[in-house]
Amino acid sequence: MKDKKDKILLAHGGGGRLAHDLVEKSFVKTLANPLLDKLDDSAVFDVKGRLAFTTDSYVVSPVFFPGGDIGKLAVCGTVNDLAMSGAKPLYLSLAFIIEEGLLLSELEKIVSSVQKAAGEAGVEIVTGDTKVVPRGSADKLFINTAGVGLIPDGVDISGDKAKVGDKVILSGAIGDHGIAVISRREGISFDTKLKSDCAPLGGLVAEMLEVSRNINCLRDPTRGGLASTLNELANQSKVSIRIEEKDIPVREAVLGACEMLGFDPLYIANEGRLVAIVSPEDADKILKAMKKNKYGKDAVIIGEVAAEPPGRVVMKTVLGAQRIVDMLVGDLLPRIC
Amino acid sequence: MCLAIPVLIKSIEDKEADVEIGGITRRISLWLTPEAKVGDYVLVHTGYAINVLDQEQAEETLSILREIAQSEEAG
Amino acid sequence: MKYITEFRRSELAQGLISRIRHSSKTHARFMEFCGGHTVTIFRYGIRQVLPQNIEMVSGPGCPICVTANADLDKAIALAQIPGVIIATFGDMLKVPGSRSSLQKIKAEGAEVMTVYSTMDALKAAQDNPDRPVVFLGIGFETTAPTVAASILQAEEQGIKNYYVLSLHKLCPPVIRALLDSGEVQLQGLVCPGHVSTVIGSHPWEFIANEYGIPCVVSGFEPLDILQCVDMLVSQVEKGESKVEIAYRRGVRPEGNRQALKLMEQVFEPAPARWRGMGEVADSGLKLREKYRRFDAEANFELKPGPSLEPAGCICGDILRGVKTPSDCPLFGKVCLPENPVGPCMVSSEGSCSAYYLYGDGLEG
Repeated sequence: MKDKKDKILLAHGGGGRLAHDLVEKSFVKTLANPLLDKLDDSAVFDVKGRLAFTTDSYVVSPVFFPGGDIGKLAVCGTVNDLAMSGAKPLYLSLAFIIEEGLLLSELEKIVSSVQKAAGEAGVEIVTGDTKVVPRGSADKLFINTAGVGLIPDGVDISGDKAKVGDKVILSGAIGDHGIAVISRREGISFDTKLKSDCAPLGGLVAEMLEVSRNINCLRDPTRGGLASTLNELANQSKVSIRIEEKDIPVREAVLGACEMLGFDPLYIANEGRLVAIVSPEDADKILKAMKKNKYGKDAVIIGEVAAEPPGRVVMKTVLGAQRIVDMLVGDLLPRIC
Repeated sequence: MCLAIPVLIKSIEDKEADVEIGGITRRISLWLTPEAKVGDYVLVHTGYAINVLDQEQAEETLSILREIAQSEEAG
Repeated sequence: MKYITEFRRSELAQGLISRIRHSSKTHARFMEFCGGHTVTIFRYGIRQVLPQNIEMVSGPGCPICVTANADLDKAIALAQIPGVIIATFGDMLKVPGSRSSLQKIKAEGAEVMTVYSTMDALKAAQDNPDRPVVFLGIGFETTAPTVAASILQAEEQGIKNYYVLSLHKLCPPVIRALLDSGEVQLQGLVCPGHVSTVIGSHPWEFIANEYGIPCVVSGFEPLDILQCVDMLVSQVEKGESKVEIAYRRGVRPEGNRQALKLMEQVFEPAPARWRGMGEVADSGLKLREKYRRFDAEANFELKPGPSLEPAGCICGDILRGVKTPSDCPLFGKVCLPENPVGPCMVSSEGSCSAYYLYGDGLEG
């Protein structure tokens, strides 16, 4: 009896009593909200206005890392995707694909993280799904989400709207999440007090929109890091983005880990940061508003938008020379040389 | 070949050391630098210290570079 | 970060740049041998701040780039033996061999693990006593002593399932071969930094004495490279040719005796194949007879198949400094970081990778 309760079995995904119990006792009880409590096949609600809709899957390994876990990541990542359109995040779906043998206690810890993150982000998990796959078919736990948010009237933010002369704002130091995760990965591990920056940014974006509607682009620099995100925006808007190396905030611990492993902080994933491209006349007041929010207190202007060369990101190095910052290719691997 | 970075030795146990850089700590091997002591900076390459960094020389190099910078500014 | 950040300071860089600009009058071509130096040069835009009469050319000091296809094919063949775990530095994963790559066969089910250190490979051997763990020994004299140490540790701890495929190479013989080929005329050599940490500065003396080329051993931060160039310029302007150490905090003339001792205990020189240069005598390392039980080549039957060179790839010419990536018809069109034809594009230190990722001389 005790064994059955300790580990997730294939039957937990089977739709029978075991599955039903798992959903009720481990999920619904923790994530409780009127829509979810109904446990209908779909959550039904009214929304008036322009919607933002996103989906994401989370396969982070290890599932627990300094500063968070896959549950917190799933909520924040989805919420942030909605926020990057300027939307107020409302409802999330949550689907688990669980590897047979995952400890129930670990799953419950993750669900608890989900609840806490959802609470802070002001969203509700209104529908979900659970599948269990045989040992070896998934790496402990995969999570898929979808999210719906409401875009305030008059807000139109998109990656192709950057204009020459716009300022580029970064909300905080880069590289925390990627290094925190890699610090736990097998084969390459080291001790660090650094924590993932994983955080929900809906509130920060709302406060930015309150002071100005001249926010042209918003994007969160997740996989591929700041460099890849800036390249995407430069490409979409067909402009050049020019940044200065000395202006980019990086924590010492991240620099140290990057030196040790041969990484460039520009390419490391972040999960609680955003890049905003804004009209130059509003840049200062947007920056001021950001600094008042706990997730934007280290915000800084890192560069501006130029015309040439289109689609490229150019960085001025500490020597005063210019170099291209390209997109990340493939996966980051530790270098020796 | 290349990537070797200066780290500070915080403690030594047998032929291994706990080193620190920018607040990150890691365990490395002292097989190639048995003379290294706690408080030394060593250059670490793929998990092994390959040299004890000469701190005096480091300061001297910086001093030379500062002199060059000053004389270039003046001249 | 101590001893790193200070050597990136902009105002000190300006001083060196200014001095180089007004003291360099003679046209000079300097080669940076080491891939790590190539990366620093491109990452900080050093070529742009040097005066027009100084030309920097990259050499074959990227151990990934110079590993011949035939050798990489051996590693791939090893990985395909059932039960074998290959432990490798991350850099080798994406390099294309004759037919495949370590990354591709990993996706097909081969057990290939990325490690940061031979210590991780040793641990894997201890954690999997029933399976052979083969470490892919790539690298020059900086890395070879660490691999030697791992073999001695395996011996000490009675680890019976640890092997090394030694593809290690030595720098001085290949520099000699490069200079003898007469293909590239140099007025100065930026000598490898961490290789010199191990072997010292004396092994470079033949370059200054026999070939009359100024040599300066450099560190890897931008100020180190600039100081090195400044010292090379000084020698050139004075008509001198000698070996100097700019990287004094990291290199002693006699090198690291303990590292050399361990390296010589475990390895002996052997002929080695260098991409673009063919076989160079005594330029590689193989395990001594005494340590043959750790030698992957002696303990496994390898059937790597015929080795093929990718059509149109001029990595060899680029490695010897006679062509640049822009000369290659495949560069940036067919050969891209996400789809590399040759190793110079995939290695983080390869010339083609540096040109592609950092740009080649941006103005403005």
